[in-house]
Amino acid sequence: MVEVKVKDKDIVVPGEILADGMGYVPGVGTYREGEAIVSERVGVVSIDGRAIKLIPLSGRYLPKRGDTILCQVVDVTMNGWRLETNSAYQAMLSLKEATSEFIARGADLRKFYDLGDYLVCKVSNVTSQMLVDVMMKGPGLRKLNGGRVISVNCNKVPRIIGKHGSMVSLIKEASGCQIIVGQNGLVWMQGNPEGELLAVRTIRMIETESHITGLTNRIKDFLEKTTGKTLEIRMEQ
Amino acid sequence: MTYERRIDGRKFDEIRPMEAKVGVIKRADGSAMFRFGNTIAYAAVYGPRNLYPKFLQDPAQGILRCYYNMMPFSSSGERVRPGGSRRSKEISMVTEKALKTVLNLKEYPNSVVDVFIELPQTEAGSRCAGICAASMALADAGLIMKDMVSAISVGRVDDKVVVDLDYSEESYDGIVADIPIAYLPTLGKITLLQMDGIVPKKMLIDALQQGIKACQKISEVQKKALKQKYVLEGVEDVQ
Repeated sequence: MVEVKVKDKDIVVPGEILADGMGYVPGVGTYREGEAIVSERVGVVSIDGRAIKLIPLSGRYLPKRGDTILCQVVDVTMNGWRLETNSAYQAMLSLKEATSEFIARGADLRKFYDLGDYLVCKVSNVTSQMLVDVMMKGPGLRKLNGGRVISVNCNKVPRIIGKHGSMVSLIKEASGCQIIVGQNGLVWMQGNPEGELLAVRTIRMIETESHITGLTNRIKDFLEKTTGKTLEIRMEQ
Repeated sequence: MTYERRIDGRKFDEIRPMEAKVGVIKRADGSAMFRFGNTIAYAAVYGPRNLYPKFLQDPAQGILRCYYNMMPFSSSGERVRPGGSRRSKEISMVTEKALKTVLNLKEYPNSVVDVFIELPQTEAGSRCAGICAASMALADAGLIMKDMVSAISVGRVDDKVVVDLDYSEESYDGIVADIPIAYLPTLGKITLLQMDGIVPKKMLIDALQQGIKACQKISEVQKKALKQKYVLEGVEDVQ
């Protein structure tokens, strides 16, 4: 007897039986126990054909290859920089991958990136023991000057960015800020103080309300009401 | 001597009033509060985060550390001496073992998950309340876990099997046995079983069965609280 016990978009907790019978396959965030599919974390159910998976609602960031993340320099070593990644593991930025500038032999690496600097970088490799390598050669990868950095739930990053960047461009337009969202849950923004505060408020709102449908329109209404501007939902290319 | 009526008027298999809340400590990665009557436990989970000193790291999987602590003013009357004690160390250890079996920390080698359990008020059953709160906090922290953990103390007072002993029953002037158990409601397994006192085999089996039933009730309260965190007042759900 195949039976699904939950609906799409239901919020489930660990140990909840999602489906009974072999007609469905367990996806991410679920496991099979006997014939049943059981959830193994707090998340939103997503039924995709025969697969049942969970979209996580909480949890720390885990470095993944290809992610663009915001890091802070915490140490300078012989051959690069050690960065704090807002996860359980620190990342290494090697000299070779750090900048397109010429670095002379024996140069003081703190002249390039000093302790406490925030960098936008890309995860180039992650080993099974979670040794993380990052690089800074690529479009948009740079050192951040000024602005402010806030930490958000990294599972909400796709919601903050929106479909093809629609949400973040909405916030950019309303607040007049430059915004960079790292996959690791650190968000950098720079603009005038009022704009920055508005951006922070909006991002916090997305963080708490993102699992409820109609988010984009709610955020648009909120931003229009507070700024008095007329905004348009646009997809970034 | 027979134990006719419970001192606080409950039925023999009745749990003290329960209350659960998730997300009570904002800065933590996961947090929860759980209450049995006058016993209140707060749990905060931090991690997975990096672990030092380095010799503590396990390259095969992340480790779990639990801290159980009763606050100085938490008991009735006597001041509890702050800091660790032989008792708190033991309870920390059994809590850790009760929770570790459901967690999967394979994806977090060399890291640690810290669970802090603080009890601002206690009246028996504190390790059980602690485990209930900690399991909710771990789920709230988004960790991979096979099941929730629910815990309760069962036991005997004279000739009766009782569920959720309070302090007046633990210190009852007669034969008392106190058996804290932790149970995985979906997988049907026991992860903590301790006993203090003397109990015949038949009573023990009866007590465990009643404890399992009680744990299932507790797990409903835990589940509801975890879901309640995501119910927002005043936000319209447009389908």
